[in-house]
Amino acid sequence: MILPLLIGLLFLGGLLAWFSERINPAWPRWVALGALGLELLLMLGLLGASPENGWLAEYNRAWLPRFGISLHFAADGLSLLLLLLTAFLGVIAVGSAWNEITERVGFFYFNLLWTLAGVVGIFTALDLFLFFFFWEVMLIPMYFIIAIWGHENKFYAAKKFFIFTQVSGLLMLVAIAVLAWFHYLQLGFFSFDYFDLLNVRMNRGMEMWVMLGFFIGFATKLPSAPFHNWLPDAHSQAPSAGSIILAGVLLKTGAYGLIRFAVPLFPNAAAEFAPVAMTLAAISILYCAKVAFAQADLKRLIAYTSVSHMGFVTLGVYAWNELALQGAVMTMLAHGLSSAALFMLAGGLQHRIHTRNMHEMGGFWGRVPRMSAVAMFFSIAALGMPGLGNFIGEFLSLLGAFQANPLLTIVSAFGLIFASVYSLWVMQKVFQGKYAGDAFDGGGLRDLDNREMAFYAAMMLGLLWMGVYPQSFLDLSAPTLQALLDGELGQSLTGVARP
Amino acid sequence: MNLVSMDFAGYTMGVRDLIPLLPLIILTAASVWVMLAIGVKRNYAVALGSTVNGLLLALLMAHGLMLEPEFAAMPLLGMDSHAQFFTVLICATAIGVCLLGHNYWSEFDDQREEFLLLLLLATLGAVVLAGANHFASLLLGLEILSMSLYGMLAYPVQSRQHKGHALEATIKYLILSAVSTAMILFGVALVFAETGSLAFTGLELLPAGPGIAFSTVALLLISAGIAFKLSLFPFHIWTPDVYEGAPAPATAFLATIGKLAVFIVLLRIVVETRALGMAPVVIVFSLLALLSIIAGNLLALLQDNLKRILAYSSIAHMGYLLIAIIASFYSDGPIGIEAVSFYLLAYVVMTLGAFGVVTLVSSHAGERDGIADYQGLFWRRPWLAASFTGMLLSLAGIPLTAGFIGKFYLILAGVESGLWLLLGALVIGSGIGLYYYLRIVYRMLLPQPENAPVLERGSAGFAVVLALFALLILFGVYPASLMSLIEAIAL
Repeated sequence: MILPLLIGLLFLGGLLAWFSERINPAWPRWVALGALGLELLLMLGLLGASPENGWLAEYNRAWLPRFGISLHFAADGLSLLLLLLTAFLGVIAVGSAWNEITERVGFFYFNLLWTLAGVVGIFTALDLFLFFFFWEVMLIPMYFIIAIWGHENKFYAAKKFFIFTQVSGLLMLVAIAVLAWFHYLQLGFFSFDYFDLLNVRMNRGMEMWVMLGFFIGFATKLPSAPFHNWLPDAHSQAPSAGSIILAGVLLKTGAYGLIRFAVPLFPNAAAEFAPVAMTLAAISILYCAKVAFAQADLKRLIAYTSVSHMGFVTLGVYAWNELALQGAVMTMLAHGLSSAALFMLAGGLQHRIHTRNMHEMGGFWGRVPRMSAVAMFFSIAALGMPGLGNFIGEFLSLLGAFQANPLLTIVSAFGLIFASVYSLWVMQKVFQGKYAGDAFDGGGLRDLDNREMAFYAAMMLGLLWMGVYPQSFLDLSAPTLQALLDGELGQSLTGVARP
Repeated sequence: MNLVSMDFAGYTMGVRDLIPLLPLIILTAASVWVMLAIGVKRNYAVALGSTVNGLLLALLMAHGLMLEPEFAAMPLLGMDSHAQFFTVLICATAIGVCLLGHNYWSEFDDQREEFLLLLLLATLGAVVLAGANHFASLLLGLEILSMSLYGMLAYPVQSRQHKGHALEATIKYLILSAVSTAMILFGVALVFAETGSLAFTGLELLPAGPGIAFSTVALLLISAGIAFKLSLFPFHIWTPDVYEGAPAPATAFLATIGKLAVFIVLLRIVVETRALGMAPVVIVFSLLALLSIIAGNLLALLQDNLKRILAYSSIAHMGYLLIAIIASFYSDGPIGIEAVSFYLLAYVVMTLGAFGVVTLVSSHAGERDGIADYQGLFWRRPWLAASFTGMLLSLAGIPLTAGFIGKFYLILAGVESGLWLLLGALVIGSGIGLYYYLRIVYRMLLPQPENAPVLERGSAGFAVVLALFALLILFGVYPASLMSLIEAIAL
């Protein structure tokens, strides 16, 4: 029961935030913060739950019995980690929007919470139709966030984001329908339930096609080259809170989909496809790192580095061994925090000086030491300094991938060097050198206040925790990943609802 | 010689057989009543009340008959559950159009009552089509529908305030509609020459197999005629002009009931006679679907007029629906038929909703159908804009709306029949479609212009749009009961 509650809370919170604007324009952000805080508490409560069959919580009711579609939610360690990330970054996003969003405030928080509700649905849905439902539901509010509160080229970016994800999503819907149809042929009834569909057997060619439908859907969201085209536009045009949610949470839904669905549902096709996927991952890592280096737009640069870092996730997933998967999950979590923080910084800078062009920046350290130090910390985290979460993730991912494909792993490892190059280059360009702020009005560039510092500190602590004691995270995801690897997923607690 | 004698052999009609025809009888009576009422004394309120009540009565009657055990099908009209279900839908849509028109015609400087009369007659024609299982009733229904539509499309021509192109639209529709009817007639004549029967089931007597050019030509002529009515590519050329030129309520009627009724007939022909069995017919239908989806969506990209965009998008949607029609032929299960039924229902809800918004924003004196007219609508009329956004997103097939469930049905039906090429077109078409739907949504989100027109508040039409929005969400989130109903009434 707790899982539908988690989703319902966000949907309701969103509506409440919207309507509370009529009473007092300052209320929506408090309502949003309250809803997300409550959400986070409820999720932390799940940490204490004792797993049954590997599942911490489950909910299963018939929804569309005609096609054997049910409201089947379940959470295991992997889901829970990502849920916690979602709620945590949700709070951060509210924090970053606190003073930045001044127009149509209620509608903004409505969209923010509905996006997050869709994401929570994705991380918990175990019915493929339901999964797809949430997959698409989160697009519309995200579209509004970019299209209404975005920057100069917002419509183009919002439209591109929507069309890319929607078309790739429809391919996935076709693949889901094929999978369900094969289930019907083999077992005589329709079902979209994950546990039922795991038993579907297909011939080699068909399995490959259907797997590709899923892969394209997830790789577009992840994103992996060559499907990454939408991301730099969406990220650079979105308001900070939108970028935080996009980079920190939405990209992770693609990775989650790969781990939970694309590989386990099609083990043979995925194994056959793994070299291709790992090559795409290596291309993403190196190519996007190089492209990032060529950007003058700060947010675009961070966006490209996101694609580069997410390449390590693809690499880890398709290596498909425990080390690599653990690495992929750690990278998802750590990148969620570090990229969110970097986007928040870039957004904060833009809010202050009204530009994202790095050529107009320089020497900010003298004026805004707090902000500069924070930027330094997260740049170093992103480039993979040992002791912080990103290092653990990328290192484990490479370690595991080496067992599967040494050559591609060696090539990909150069990504770490590129990451240092562009991270330090940004630091130098923006925060060191001669002060370039005279061009802006003198008072515009002010340092982080205590509220902002608190948010950054929370993210720093998270990254440190991941870097110094990653075991607490690894322990949570290990049972899930082990079950996925063995192909012996814990059966559903309640059994599958039958029409 | 009695042309239809063969189809009527051994059939005698009893009073009991009239029961399933009650919705038709009620509609006919209501038409006569409204005509007489107008003749005795012109009173718009009386005419509107009589029309809506007549439609409502027919709706309730059809609803009551919908799940009754089957009545014996008659040679001309098979008013089975399927037909009754669509009678309910047609009558409900007609009521919606009446109420939407109420606002639109409110300051009309000419007689308003006859529009309602024409609307009733057109509805009657559509209901005949819903039950048609014989070419005689098909043509009868088609002509009643089209004749009344000519009048509806040209309705404001005599008004001094009218600045549009209603007459041009009507002439275009009149000529092309007559041509398409002639094509159907020619095809029917060929079928009759071959089989001696005018019942749909007579199509099964057509000699099949390669080399039988006669049957092929007959079926292709009928298909082409129907494709004209459904405005499938390349028979679509009239659609945007007619949609744009006609008054908004008439366009709404044409776009919903006009398409719906013809599609039901097509479904019945395909399902009951396996007429797609001939290879050339399948190829033609697949091509029509493919081209309609691609061309409809691509051409919509170039438009700045909302009614034209909706016209091209309706071409694409008819293409999507054809996928399910083709699937219903290939697959053994009823999924194709269910897909058509659900999608038609969703299509009617979202199209009526979209045109409803256009109708509310426009008036008879001037259509406000340029995209620019909708700028900032979100901040002026949030509920109206939210409903419009819902309709557009539903047309694009986004979840939480009925359009998504409809698209899901289509995909499932297509997958079941292995129509990969058509499904590919569906995916690509939906992607292109998003572009122009989002363009409208974005326009509504922009800050409103200085000289924004003042919109009236609180009208019957607004209630209709809100009700449609509620239905749209209901069928998008919890369609289970509707799904089982559609499963129960499937042909």
